[in-house]
Amino acid sequence: MLPIGHYLFLSFALFVIGVIGVITRRNVIVVLMSVELILNAVNINLVAFSRLYGDVAGQVFALFIIADAAAEAAVGLGIIIAFFRNRETVLADEMDLLKW
Amino acid sequence: MLDKVIFYFFAGIAVGSAALMVTRRNVVHSAIFLITALLATAGIFLQLRAEFLFIVQIILYVGGIMVLFVFVIMLVNLDVSLLQLKFARQKWVALIVALVLGGQVGVMFWSSGKMPGQGFPVLNAAAANRLPPNAEEVAKSLFSSYLLPFEIASVLLLVAMIGAVVMAKKRT
Repeated sequence: MLPIGHYLFLSFALFVIGVIGVITRRNVIVVLMSVELILNAVNINLVAFSRLYGDVAGQVFALFIIADAAAEAAVGLGIIIAFFRNRETVLADEMDLLKW
Repeated sequence: MLDKVIFYFFAGIAVGSAALMVTRRNVVHSAIFLITALLATAGIFLQLRAEFLFIVQIILYVGGIMVLFVFVIMLVNLDVSLLQLKFARQKWVALIVALVLGGQVGVMFWSSGKMPGQGFPVLNAAAANRLPPNAEEVAKSLFSSYLLPFEIASVLLLVAMIGAVVMAKKRT
């Protein structure tokens, strides 16, 4: 089998790609998708360590993270729809109602 | 050997399609590449012998969350955002964050060779037919040790459902 470092590095690569997407993209939908990617990268870590120690608790926590991701996607997309109805845009730098 | 081939196959697909997802201009293409990355992660889960999470990943992420995303992409106006600038001007912030995270992981890899255990522990290769049934183990753990978090997660999903409906409802 593989050393755990392979999985850690894969998870790190996906995490960094997700962080770059969150920071640089203007479209809020793509930002939300990048957040999903970050959560997914954490899941890889949890499952790999669960396999390493033969303890199923890691997989249970991965399940909780998937439930969290579902809740976050539902609420986030609801906010995007409400915002689009008011302002006709989904770009992050035009969401400046709190600026003066 | 076979494990290695499978791992590199799925890891390559996952990282490649994640990079494409962040860089594509069209949001629908981004969504499709995210689906590919999530499916490749499901393959990694299967390679780690987490069969239950493999199925949950496909049904919930690819079948549920991504359908939600595609619906919203359909609802909001796509053509306008296609013509505009793709990236916000935060390239340097992103670069610094990526470098800091990379440095952290580099230190982790560097220091793991110095520890008394010498390098990373290798996942033990128990034969597949001697492993306990995965879904059964997850269910036992979920409904005994983690019963309270499970109930809290259900309350969280209820709150998220009500919140999404209230947010997306038309104001009268």
